[in-house]
Amino acid sequence: MAAKAAAAPVAELTGPLAGLKEKFGEAVKPGDFEGVVINHDRLVEVATYIRDELGYDYLTSVTGVDYLAQNEMEVVYHVLNTRAGGAPLVFKARTPRENAVVPSLITVWPGADFQEREAWDLLGIKFEGHPYLKRILMWEGFSGHPLRKDWKEAYYEQDVKPFDSRWPGGHHRRAEDRVPYADNVNFPADFDPTVYTAQADAAVYERFKNYEVDERGQFVPKEAVKDENGNGKFQEYLETDELVVNLGPQHPSTHGVFRMVVALDGEKIMHLEPVMGYLHRNHEKIGERNTYIQNMPFTDRLDYLSSMSNNFGYALAVEKLMKVTPPERAEYIRVIMAELTRICNHVWAIGFLLNDLGAFFTPALYAIEERELILDLFEAVSGSRMMCNYFRFGGVARDLPVGWLETCRELVFNRLPKKVDELDYFLSENEIIRARCEGSGVLTGDDAVKYSTAGPVLRASGVAYDVRRAEPYSIYERFEFDVAVRNHGDVYDRYLIRLDEVRQSLRILQQALNQIPEKGEIQAGKKQYSARVPAGQAYGRVEGPKGELGFYVVSDGTANPYRYHIRAPSFINLTALGPMSVGQKIADAVIILGSIDIVLGETDR
Amino acid sequence: MYGSGLIKGMGVTFKHFVETYLEDLKYVFKGGRYNDKHLAVRQGPKAKGIFTVQYPEEKLPVPENFRYIPFLVFDTQKNEDRCTSCGICAKVCPPQCIWIVRTNDPKTNRPIPQPAEFYIDATICMSCSLCAEFCPFDAIKMDHDYELASFERFNTLVFDKARLTKPDTYHAAIHPTDWARELQDKEAAARKEAEKAAAAAAKKAAAEAAVAAKAAETDKPADEAQPAA
Repeated sequence: MAAKAAAAPVAELTGPLAGLKEKFGEAVKPGDFEGVVINHDRLVEVATYIRDELGYDYLTSVTGVDYLAQNEMEVVYHVLNTRAGGAPLVFKARTPRENAVVPSLITVWPGADFQEREAWDLLGIKFEGHPYLKRILMWEGFSGHPLRKDWKEAYYEQDVKPFDSRWPGGHHRRAEDRVPYADNVNFPADFDPTVYTAQADAAVYERFKNYEVDERGQFVPKEAVKDENGNGKFQEYLETDELVVNLGPQHPSTHGVFRMVVALDGEKIMHLEPVMGYLHRNHEKIGERNTYIQNMPFTDRLDYLSSMSNNFGYALAVEKLMKVTPPERAEYIRVIMAELTRICNHVWAIGFLLNDLGAFFTPALYAIEERELILDLFEAVSGSRMMCNYFRFGGVARDLPVGWLETCRELVFNRLPKKVDELDYFLSENEIIRARCEGSGVLTGDDAVKYSTAGPVLRASGVAYDVRRAEPYSIYERFEFDVAVRNHGDVYDRYLIRLDEVRQSLRILQQALNQIPEKGEIQAGKKQYSARVPAGQAYGRVEGPKGELGFYVVSDGTANPYRYHIRAPSFINLTALGPMSVGQKIADAVIILGSIDIVLGETDR
Repeated sequence: MYGSGLIKGMGVTFKHFVETYLEDLKYVFKGGRYNDKHLAVRQGPKAKGIFTVQYPEEKLPVPENFRYIPFLVFDTQKNEDRCTSCGICAKVCPPQCIWIVRTNDPKTNRPIPQPAEFYIDATICMSCSLCAEFCPFDAIKMDHDYELASFERFNTLVFDKARLTKPDTYHAAIHPTDWARELQDKEAAARKEAEKAAAAAAKKAAAEAAVAAKAAETDKPADEAQPAA
């Protein structure tokens, strides 16, 4: 692959990596990137060392890359130090393509759970030792692993865009005509669609039977907690049945098409299993067929409530590869947009948390009123309220229209601070809200780090980790703001922290609006419809409203990304949903989910 | 006092309730709840209370940058399509919904800068505006007409060239700033062209003068009668 040939291997390991080489010798090799390749038979050992001795306590991203030409699968890990901050440490493990196996790191970082399942699902990499390595985004009746480079979709036309059929001889033809519907479906050999529903549900429920939850909220095999008579520990006093209830996929509290399977003992949740993927469209595969610029509007559709922030992350990742920096004015515009997006998202999250609590739509509509005004600003500048598609590599799409800054200033300096206070006054002291939220869905700081939660969920548990502070991107180091932290880790704190963050965002916005240059370039260099991206790999991350949003892009020097992976905060934050809900009442599962604030467009990708 | 938080909250709701009606009444007395001048205030950051637009009887104006399914600009002065079927829009289109057939000269079989057929599949178009952004001829622009509902989803939503083409006067009307920029660009280009022509003419004249002078020097009597070619 050109991506590998182009970059010369890094000969010397520096910084924290130097010690690794010394300690583990041949098991750790320098890679052709800033990081190390770890021999997979000592992966767990080295990972434990990285966590305990080097202090990288937080696993942020796990994904795979399929190198078809080398007949090799690569698993890429990005880990972080939540106390010291700084750039992520990258390490990889390599395994042959056929029968790709690497040891699971779930024992080292439990946050690897969903991400390893995703890598198995989409790339077919087996993680040895993972307790529940089942498909997570695709369904069981799906044949193959779609992110493998030799897998082709039913409407496959060509490996990469632009398709040759569009120009110069582009006679329109619908995709449906090209592939008749009946030929779309391939089932795996051992799959029988006629008994599918039962099979799928059985697979989920099976986990309930075989596992139980110990006092720390951990899944443990049932044998371990059985008493001497062979009874499960929850059947201590009474011979009761566990009742399994499906919340969703069509349920108003799930904020989309999302299912929570809960096992109940009375009203108490004994086990909760999130089931997702109903909105899956394989964004990453689409992204690898697209050219670089074509991905920009697709990122809008990830977390569709905060498209500007998604644009930002993707632009940063590609800019890292292209080595361009946007001009001054563009940087300010970007920060303004990203912070407005955060406000939008948080007031929306607060509004709908209240909906989940049963305050039917009044608080939600008050919150949306403010969001509406921000969306008007987005529409005036980008042309669309939600699908903004506004960032470009090395700048932004167009300059601010006349009068835009004045409206924005009016909003940021005069209206929004008052409205946030009003929302606070309206809701925070409400006895019902406090009774429902305080003490429910508690996630301790250690667990929050362990399960790789990000954003408000992490910070409400007392972990002051914010990418804007830990590894400042764009021009964030110029602004004065506090990283909002709350310490109880319950639903109420996750509500309060969103108000805090809106206030901090307003602080940043006020500084940015005062400092933004009146005139200036908004694009570095000439904007090209086919961006030239040198070979290499980059991980660009931003502090999105829902947490750390990362884009891992591998370029092989062609017009299309070789690998395009998204570290989706909505998806990974759900890892903590099960542990947080165990022991709570069934009605609280709804608000716990609401307090995580997920968007299914991003969860399912 | 237990319950004071609840009462405070109800107070906020009551304030919103009263405000909404008072504002509405105020604008009714000021001359109608719905006109452009009042809209700008009631939909802006100084708005009070809740204001609902009764779509489709009332519609909000869209900003100039608003983007919806693109259209092709027809140059009414030159009486031709601006599009040269260069294919950049089809290449940059993320969902690949643009289909272009280039015109070929029937005799020489070489391409003519004109589209023979042009389709946009509106069922696929994501209105991202990349085509309009990267078109080097300002030939494709984003529309403001967002009411496309139709009873049939196959043929009515695949827009052909006739359906897509709109006169540049329409473009000028919905995109005044963009239009002004285009005029400026055109003027600048014309000026540059004129300057270039003038410079070329001057150069030519100078060269001719030099030739004439040289000729005059070498054999004066013979060439004097002839005009400098």
